[in-house]
Amino acid sequence: MTNGFIAKFMRDSRSLDIVLVLIGSILLWEVVVRIFNPPAIILPAPSAIWAAFLQSPWIFVRNMLHTLSTTAIAFAISVGLGVILAVGIVQSRFLERTVYTLLIAVNSVPKVALAPLFVIWLGTGASSQLAVAVMLAIFPIVINTVLGLRSVDPDMLNLAKATRASKFDIIYKIRIPNALPSLFSGMKVGISFALVGAIVGEFVAGGRGLGFLVLTAQGQFDTTRVFVSLVLLGVMGTILFYAVDVMERIALPWHTSQRQPTT
Amino acid sequence: MNMIANRIADTYLQVRGAGKTYPSKHGSVVALSDINLDVRLGQFNSIVGPSGCGKSTLLKCIAGLENITSGNITVSGKPLIGPPDRMGVVFQRDVLLDWRTILDNVLLQAEFLGHPREQYRDRAMQLLERFGLKGYEKRHPWELSGGMRQRASICRALLCDPDLLLMDEPFGALDAMTRDDLNVELARIWQGTNKTVIFITHSISEAVFLADRVVMMSRGPGRIVDMFDVDLPRPRPLSVRETDPFGVYAQRIRHHFAELGVLHE
Repeated sequence: MTNGFIAKFMRDSRSLDIVLVLIGSILLWEVVVRIFNPPAIILPAPSAIWAAFLQSPWIFVRNMLHTLSTTAIAFAISVGLGVILAVGIVQSRFLERTVYTLLIAVNSVPKVALAPLFVIWLGTGASSQLAVAVMLAIFPIVINTVLGLRSVDPDMLNLAKATRASKFDIIYKIRIPNALPSLFSGMKVGISFALVGAIVGEFVAGGRGLGFLVLTAQGQFDTTRVFVSLVLLGVMGTILFYAVDVMERIALPWHTSQRQPTT
Repeated sequence: MNMIANRIADTYLQVRGAGKTYPSKHGSVVALSDINLDVRLGQFNSIVGPSGCGKSTLLKCIAGLENITSGNITVSGKPLIGPPDRMGVVFQRDVLLDWRTILDNVLLQAEFLGHPREQYRDRAMQLLERFGLKGYEKRHPWELSGGMRQRASICRALLCDPDLLLMDEPFGALDAMTRDDLNVELARIWQGTNKTVIFITHSISEAVFLADRVVMMSRGPGRIVDMFDVDLPRPRPLSVRETDPFGVYAQRIRHHFAELGVLHE
């Protein structure tokens, strides 16, 4: 399994490209800093960033775990609530015309701007961070799932109707499995948005987390420590995204095995 | 039940003065006009006509998926209210569920009809074998060719032993050779089953090859313009299509197509 995955990864020239380009960029960055020697407050060298991380690794790891848990919990809430909302919206004309209309309307508001409101309502701390993350992550999940639930071949529905399939069967055996690929593409956007939401939440509601570290390091003009947090965030975002991707491969072999490699 | 069956001789499906009108932005559209059709029990009917002649609409009305706006339809002497009992449907697209194996796709028919799956497992396997899909029951639809997928969707329609089989251009999306194969297989499996079939197609030779009777439809509005029995011995080899009697039947349809301006002689 693991071997197969690595072999597949190596064969997939795109993933190899990404790794090579990343390593190349870091080397180039190091070289440029060494040659031009800009002040560390503008651009620290990758080696300096690494050294800053090693100086106090546990502070970074502890805050990273906090951001990770906010993101994961917000993501789980968004998926659970999002799927329930989507099924309700597709099943009920009333919910479609009320809740869905409202969701679409609110979706066009830059939601990050609403974050300070949550601090007023929920105070500073974890619950505000969570609320902001859920608010960002839930939209792509609901909207994608609604589309997936609706995009059933009309002849499949005719077949179900012709055999007098129950409403439950149509939802459970046709619509929901049919929506899973869309749900997963919503989840991939959602997991990234949950992370963005967690960071924004930490910016405005403070306390803990990598977002909070970025803010405090910035306050001290400690650019190197800002970069440490950014790199950790990048690593975390990538791992979270691929975790959803792996979940998709396991859950939907019938879908992923057919799909042409995108990106 | 017996009494009714005797009274109407062996007419299984009766369509009387059926019409269908759609409201639309540019006034109402007449999709079907004064359709009259008597189908005997166990008869294979091909309905052939150019696109837009309402043949699929007629099929959907018989399937109880759409309502006619005038006239009436009876099945086994009972007026049609919703989809009739003991009916199987096959569409142009196989509409197999990607996440189910072929066997589970076939068994879907039983699940939808509310029958226990296990009771139909053996029959499903038999059907798959008869359609040359033995060994593929654990595969998923995407692993099969278009022809095999459509075979599976026919197995699904036949699972619960329907009396009425409705087929809406089932082979329209397949290549010519696969189509010939499936025509022969369908004829072979249908023969001696006493199943009533309504088969929609726009292929003239397919219509004649399969049918006991060909019904020709025309458009604007959708109506029946001709109807004739195909008196060719069964089983029919594909080579029957090269014979003179077959040519006469085909020519009769082609003549109508030419008159409609969809085919130039």
